[in-house]
Amino acid sequence: MAQSDGEQRSGAPRDLHLTEVSKRFGDFVAVDDLTLTVPEGAFFALLGPSGCGKTTTLRMVAGLEDPTAGTVSIGAEDITGLKPYKRPVNTVFQSYALFPHLTIFENIAFGLRRRGVKDVKRQTDDMLRLVQLEQYGGRKPAQLSGGQQQRVALGRALINEPGVLLLDEPLGALDLKLRRQMQLELKRIQTEIGITFVHVTHDQEEAMTMADTIAVMNSGVIEQMGAPTELYENPRTTFVANFLGQSNLVSTDVVDSSGSTVIVDCHGQKVGVDESRSHTDQGKGWLGIRPEKIFASQRDSEDLEDGNQLTGGVVSDVSFVGVSTQYLVRMPWGQELMVFEQNTGQRQSFKSGDEVDLAWSPQHSFLLDADQDAAAGAVREDVG
Amino acid sequence: MATAVRETAPERSASRPRHRGWWRWFTDNIVLLIGIAVLVYTFVPIGYVIALSFSKPSGRAASAEFETFTWDNWTTVCEPDGLCESLQLSFAVSLVATVVATLLGTLMAFALVRHSFRGRAASNLLIFLPMATPEVVMGSSLLAMFVSLGFNGALGFITIVIAHILFCLSFVVVTVKARLAGMDSRLEQAAMDLYANEWQTFRLVTLPLAMPGIVAGALLAFSLSFDDFIITNFTSGQSQTFPLYVYGSKLKGFPAQLFVIGTLMFVVSLLLVVIVELWRRRRPT
Ligand SMILES: Nc1ncnc2c1ncn2[C@@H]1O[C@H](COP(=O)(O)OP(=O)(O)OP(=O)(O)O)[C@@H](O)[C@H]1O
Ligand SMILES: [Mg+2]
Repeated sequence: MAQSDGEQRSGAPRDLHLTEVSKRFGDFVAVDDLTLTVPEGAFFALLGPSGCGKTTTLRMVAGLEDPTAGTVSIGAEDITGLKPYKRPVNTVFQSYALFPHLTIFENIAFGLRRRGVKDVKRQTDDMLRLVQLEQYGGRKPAQLSGGQQQRVALGRALINEPGVLLLDEPLGALDLKLRRQMQLELKRIQTEIGITFVHVTHDQEEAMTMADTIAVMNSGVIEQMGAPTELYENPRTTFVANFLGQSNLVSTDVVDSSGSTVIVDCHGQKVGVDESRSHTDQGKGWLGIRPEKIFASQRDSEDLEDGNQLTGGVVSDVSFVGVSTQYLVRMPWGQELMVFEQNTGQRQSFKSGDEVDLAWSPQHSFLLDADQDAAAGAVREDVG
Repeated sequence: MATAVRETAPERSASRPRHRGWWRWFTDNIVLLIGIAVLVYTFVPIGYVIALSFSKPSGRAASAEFETFTWDNWTTVCEPDGLCESLQLSFAVSLVATVVATLLGTLMAFALVRHSFRGRAASNLLIFLPMATPEVVMGSSLLAMFVSLGFNGALGFITIVIAHILFCLSFVVVTVKARLAGMDSRLEQAAMDLYANEWQTFRLVTLPLAMPGIVAGALLAFSLSFDDFIITNFTSGQSQTFPLYVYGSKLKGFPAQLFVIGTLMFVVSLLLVVIVELWRRRRPT
């Protein structure tokens, strides 16, 4: 019954569609008019800060929460009103939700048994092996470590090979090493079985390394959706610019937006931004530059790169982090910009108090609407 | 030990050198001593009952002192008039009351914890009322009610059972509710997510997890019902449950077999506690 999608799988693609979905808890809007499509077989990451509505969105797909408005469908089939057990969807819960009274084996076999599958024993043993818990089959969940429990939760959902697998921060409790290992493993499984994964996380690195498509969510709405590089290189909002990696946002005035390069006035110095990365064409705008895209060079030196230049900076802080050196450079208008220089050994290093000029190429910056808060989504409050 | 103390606290030991040793021992072991005293205090009456069950009575009724050892009381348990009949009645009443109260109480606990409905807060409060009402008050009002309903001639098994279900119910509800409130509803959601329908979810996840609470509630109900005297006294008419029988024989003198019954009940409940404890340990949570 649950796998009745078997025959349909060959036909029309079983994409997951959310159409104008909203969820209110009383007056509070947890998910606001959300529309998105996850193509069949995609690895889709839902990224956002705590409380932005990620879990609520997943729960509506799983059928554990009724949307206040909107529809959820898989392929052409509307599943909005369907009971959770009638949906070809399985969830790895944020809290694991393992059955404490059942053994690990029975936890994993639960879905198979409910569906009346034949070779429960073999499939469950295979899954135990896949999540590296062969010798733990007879234990109860309380006798496993957090990371092991997480793998049981994963196996318990995966074994059903659902049309859509929802993963709610499935790697949150793992240490870094195991986490990386499981990320690779998840990605491998996903490519192998070809299941659609909707992966919720607030670890941006995890989202970028694993997903084909990332949706950045903020207070109930999707700010931007796209491939990881697209989101990183060309963010549309200050929230995305700050939430995915770090960005310098400088207040500018648009001077000329007629050509293929938009010219902006940045506290008296003119710089250009590729038109495809300009999300405003008049008035004020936030000029965004990633710290690692900026080259610093000694004041008035010969090796200042071509392209955009901002002169008159003074190094105010230096921190060496191994692969790179991170500088804070105080500009004439008082703002401190982050500049990350790769430690290639080719580039000059600076110390606090050194006078520097900054340069980057026009296709490496972006221009955002000035109506937004420059600090939105930022971890540090050093933008201004 | 003592020398080390003397070195670290010279002024105190100098002022009271003679009390030092035993006082020190006393303060170190006071908790243990109190514990032993409390245990003795609790177990002396039980030990007394067990001892008297092996004592040969001098007259028709048992005397308060242990005289000669005998197995007679154990082989003639049912000899005293009405003793075993009253036990039978008590077991029947308690079993029926326990089963019904556990069923109703569990359902009620589920309703109170899992569903929101108008008057839920009030129900949560009202459920404590039967526990808070003095038994004499409840007993007399039940009697008045039964009489006005025309039960007057028919007071007995039925009316006792009705009364017992009534006062056991709140205890079951409170016990099961506590268990349910501590249960993660996401477990049931996970079961539903894994293709279990409502009934399967209840049978495979909810019920097993709520079971310790239900069992505890049932045991509580049984023991409350089994030795209830006050309410039973009002609602029993001519019937005699075991507590009523014991009370009645207080006037005539206790038959020695009472102590056998007492010993047996003690052993059975001890066994039950051990079994429940073992069963509880076998399953985490
Ligand atoms: N049952 C509920 N009743 C009221 N408010 C709720 C309920 N469930 C969630 N919320 C609220 O909705 C918002 C979104 O919650 P949600 O669990 O979806 O966040 P999240 O993005 O998963 O966060 P996290 O990363 O911390 O898990 C939160 O502000 C939360 O307080
Ligand atoms: Mg969440």
